[in-house]
Amino acid sequence: MDFLAPTSWAEALECKAAHPDAVAIAGGTDVMVELNFDHRRPPALLDLNRVPELADWALDDGRVRLGAGVPYVRVISELGHLLPGLAMAARTVGSPQIRNRGTVGGNLGAASPAGDSHPALLAAFASVEIGSVRGTREVPVAEFFTGVKRSVLEPDELISAVLVTPPSGPQQFSKIGTRNAMVIAVSAFGFALHPDTRTVGTGIGSAAPTPRPAPEAAAFLAGELEAAGLWSSRGALPATLATEFGRRVRDAAAPIDDVRGSAAYRSHALSVMARRTATWAWDAYRDENRSAA
Amino acid sequence: MRIELTVNGVAREADDVWEGESLLYALRERLGLPGSKNACEQGECGSCTVYLDGAPVCACLVAAGQAQGREVTTVEGLAGDGLDPVQQAFVEKGAVQCGFCTPGFLMSTKDLLDRDPAPSDPEIREALAGNLCRCTGYEKILDAVRTAAANR
Repeated sequence: MDFLAPTSWAEALECKAAHPDAVAIAGGTDVMVELNFDHRRPPALLDLNRVPELADWALDDGRVRLGAGVPYVRVISELGHLLPGLAMAARTVGSPQIRNRGTVGGNLGAASPAGDSHPALLAAFASVEIGSVRGTREVPVAEFFTGVKRSVLEPDELISAVLVTPPSGPQQFSKIGTRNAMVIAVSAFGFALHPDTRTVGTGIGSAAPTPRPAPEAAAFLAGELEAAGLWSSRGALPATLATEFGRRVRDAAAPIDDVRGSAAYRSHALSVMARRTATWAWDAYRDENRSAA
Repeated sequence: MRIELTVNGVAREADDVWEGESLLYALRERLGLPGSKNACEQGECGSCTVYLDGAPVCACLVAAGQAQGREVTTVEGLAGDGLDPVQQAFVEKGAVQCGFCTPGFLMSTKDLLDRDPAPSDPEIREALAGNLCRCTGYEKILDAVRTAAANR
């Protein structure tokens, strides 16, 4: 096995081009488990910890550019105001030890259907910035995942950043597990209100082969809010509307029975989480108006 | 490959490190520091908790090569002339039974108290969420953390 330790982004891309079968490692919280259990024996590890371009975030042309190597602990402590849904999701990741090491870039790279970042990124309409020696491209998170632990990443590509527009409205994240820490989601849901475009963002986790949005449910809710004039009036969210939204989110999922939970339980949990997160976010949207008035 | 790093304030090096091996393995098997325990090897139990450049991490999930040139503190580095107040509190309160999880709990507790000298019970539970103990039922451990906070 080779251990490649580039010290710049350009060098990292050259390494990946020269060793397309190298496995990128950042926090190691997924990759090392596979190595420790001998589930994987890649010909090379490509350590991204020494690449300074990945290690920070900044506002860039109106968007947050979150470097792929920024650990969850910094998403929580520094980005609660700019990426509220992602920060909420980050708080549910593993333990302090895991949050000190694990990164959003690594979460995307692993492309697990249960990745905690993914529902929040989907709901926020985030994009993934991907680089290679051939150039840079941007892929909407909703188009990034192609199957269980599979993504659009080509063998010579690395994830450089996540790009997210700061929120124009409240965001929420909900995750069901057997305890509050150290748990892989049985299912999870991300929700975002986008009052600037009068749209709704959704993200389903752990209830389909890939993380996926619920576009029909989102369009339904946004349309009903529009029809009732609620975006402007900021009136209460009708309980029947929230419940119907939950049902439609549930119908967008394709869960399976596995060791963490049954398909039926996941479906039910999703409908409840969608109803609750929509209600919490809408209540926050109404409060914004009150505090502004 | 060879790795060079600082462990408990001392420059150390290890040769013949396998490129896929964990920092935990390197510490225990190559550098003679068995205090960090090897249990789950998947970041669930926290018994291998060490500080990497000051931040608590699971040593089993850090590739040894990633620690090149960095500073690592293990449980062996906690005590000075006497026990660290956190260690003393664990002894006094009977927070140790079989002892296997103890190094990890000590590292997580010290990190918590360095960040927050007077944590609430929910904050203690949150800070220790990544450390598992199968003997004590945690009550004595919580007693020890409270005592350590009071004694520091």
